[in-house]
Amino acid sequence: MSGASQSLEIGRVSPARRPFRFGTPRGSERAWIGAFLIPYGAVFVAFLAYPVAFGLWMGSSPALYGHLARDPKFLPTVVNTLVYVGIGVNVTMFGALLLSGYFLDKSRWIKALLVLFMLPWALPAIPAFVSWHWMLISHHGLVNSLLDQVFDIEGPIWFNEYWLALGANIVATIWKWMPFWTLIFLAGRMAIPQDIYDAADVDGAVGISRFAYVTFPLLGNLYLICTLLSTLWLIGDFTTVNFVSNGAPARMTEVLATYGTHLAFQSGDPPLGAAAMLSLLPLMIPLAILLIRKIRADELQL
Amino acid sequence: MKRLGKIALGVGLVVWTIMPIYNMILVALDDDAAEYSGHLWPSEMNFESFRVIWTQDYWYLEHFWHQFGNSCFMGFMTMVLTVAIGSLASFGLGRMRLRHGWVLGHVALLTYALPASFLAIPFVHIMHRYGLSDSLWSVIASQTMFATPYAILIFQQYGRLIPLELDDAARVDGASPGQMYWRIYLPLMAPALVAVGTYALLLAWNEYLYQFLLLSSTQSMTVAVALDQFFDSDEAPWNYMMATAIVYSLPPVATYYALRRYMVAGLTMGGVKG
Repeated sequence: MSGASQSLEIGRVSPARRPFRFGTPRGSERAWIGAFLIPYGAVFVAFLAYPVAFGLWMGSSPALYGHLARDPKFLPTVVNTLVYVGIGVNVTMFGALLLSGYFLDKSRWIKALLVLFMLPWALPAIPAFVSWHWMLISHHGLVNSLLDQVFDIEGPIWFNEYWLALGANIVATIWKWMPFWTLIFLAGRMAIPQDIYDAADVDGAVGISRFAYVTFPLLGNLYLICTLLSTLWLIGDFTTVNFVSNGAPARMTEVLATYGTHLAFQSGDPPLGAAAMLSLLPLMIPLAILLIRKIRADELQL
Repeated sequence: MKRLGKIALGVGLVVWTIMPIYNMILVALDDDAAEYSGHLWPSEMNFESFRVIWTQDYWYLEHFWHQFGNSCFMGFMTMVLTVAIGSLASFGLGRMRLRHGWVLGHVALLTYALPASFLAIPFVHIMHRYGLSDSLWSVIASQTMFATPYAILIFQQYGRLIPLELDDAARVDGASPGQMYWRIYLPLMAPALVAVGTYALLLAWNEYLYQFLLLSSTQSMTVAVALDQFFDSDEAPWNYMMATAIVYSLPPVATYYALRRYMVAGLTMGGVKG
C-alpha cells in the first residue's frame, strides 16, 4: 500500500474504539456537541426536511398522477429522461475511465493537456450551454460553418430533428462532466500500487487484458459509486436541456426536470409539477439506498 | 506508432474541449449583432461588446456590475457558510463522543443523492412563507444546503488523517471543545477547507434553476438570471450576450486554476481507493 493509504489505515482504527474510551459525554460536553451540530441541523430542517415534506404533500394526491398519465407529453418525457440519463451517464463514465488511463502518462505535455481538459468543469454551466446552443443553431453556427467550409458538407438543422436535438443535449452534458469524473478515476488509478501491475506483468497481463482483469476490478466499486451519483444528478438536471435544445423541436426533447418546472411555473400548476418530478422516485430510491450502502461500506469519498 | 496515437488523441481532446469556448469568443468579437456571419475566424478584433459591458451601455446590461456583485456575494456567502457549517458538523460527528452520530451522517448523505430540481418547486413555496422571496439569501440557503453534505463527507474523511491523540492532549491541557475546534481542527484541515470552499463556490456559480425561480427583480438578480433574459428576447445582440457569458465565466475559472493544487488534493486525498 502507498504512504497515503497507510496513514489512512492508522487513522481509521481510532474512531471505532474512540466512543468508549471516556464513556458517554456529560454536562458541558453535551452542550458543545449541540453547538457544533445545531447550525447544520437548523439548515437541514428549515431548508431541506420541510421543503421535502411539503413537496411530498403537494404531490400526494393520486388524481395528479391520473392527470399526468393522460397528458400525451408525459410518457415521451419519461422516455427522454431515461435515454438522456442512460446514454449520458454511461458514455461519460466509461469515457472518463478510459481517459483517466491516458492521463496517467508522465510526459509533460499530457499533464498540461489535463489542465486544459478540466476547463469545461470550471466553466459555469450557463455560458457553456448557451455556447453549445449557438454552435448548433441554424446554418451559420460554428459546427455547420465548419462542415460547410472545411468538408463541404451541408449540415443539418440540428434542433429540428428529435434525435439530433436529444443527441446535442447528451453531447453537451458529456462535455461538461467528463473532466470531473476523469479526475476522480485518475486519483483512483494512482492509488493502485505499482506492485500489483508488476505482478500482473509477470503473469502476462498487458494492454487490454490488464485493463479488464486488473484495473477494472480494482476500480469497480469506485466506478459503481460514481455511476450511481452521476445518474441521480443527471435525472435532476434542468440546465443542460433548458439551454442546449430548450425542448426543441416542439417540446419533444424535454426531460422531467424541465417538464415539471414548466408545469409548475409556466402553466401555474405547482402540485402537478411536483407530481411529475416525484414520478421517478420509485427508480431513484433504490439507487440512493444502494449508493449510501456502497459509500458507507467502503468509507469512500468523492 | 503508439506515440502517434497519443498525439492524435491529444489533439482531438484539445479540439473537443476548446470548441464551445472558442465559439463564445468568436461570437463575442463579432461586430454585426443581428446577422450571424458564419465566419470561422473573427473578421476583425472588435472589442465593442466588452466596452458595452464595462460601461453598461445597453439596456439589458444597465445593472450588470450590480448583478455581478450579487453573483459574487452569493458565491462567497455560500462558500463561507458551507465551510463553517460543514466543519462544525464534521467536528461534532467525527471527533466528539457522540453515540448515534452516524445517523446524522447517513441523513446528510441522503441529501447528496437528491437532485436539485426535484426540490425546487416546494422550495420556492417555502421561501415565500419565510418571507425570503426575491432575496439573495434564499439562493444562498439553497446552495449551502446542497453543498454541506459533500463538505461533511470530505471533512470527515480528511479528519481521519488528524490523530485523535492531539485532541486528548489538548483536553488534558484543559482546552474546551471549542478551542480544540478552533486551534487544532481548523488549522490542520486547511487544505480540505480550501477544496470544499472552492467546490461550493463553483457549485453556486454553476447553478441556474434556483436563481431563476427565486430572484425576480433587477436589483436582486444575478448574472445567471440576467443572461437568460437575452435568451428570451427575439432581437438581443448576441455578441453582447456572449461577452457577458465570458465575463461571468472568469471568476470561477480563475479561482479554479489558482487553487488547483488544493482542489485536486482535497478531492482525492484520504479516500479514493479501488
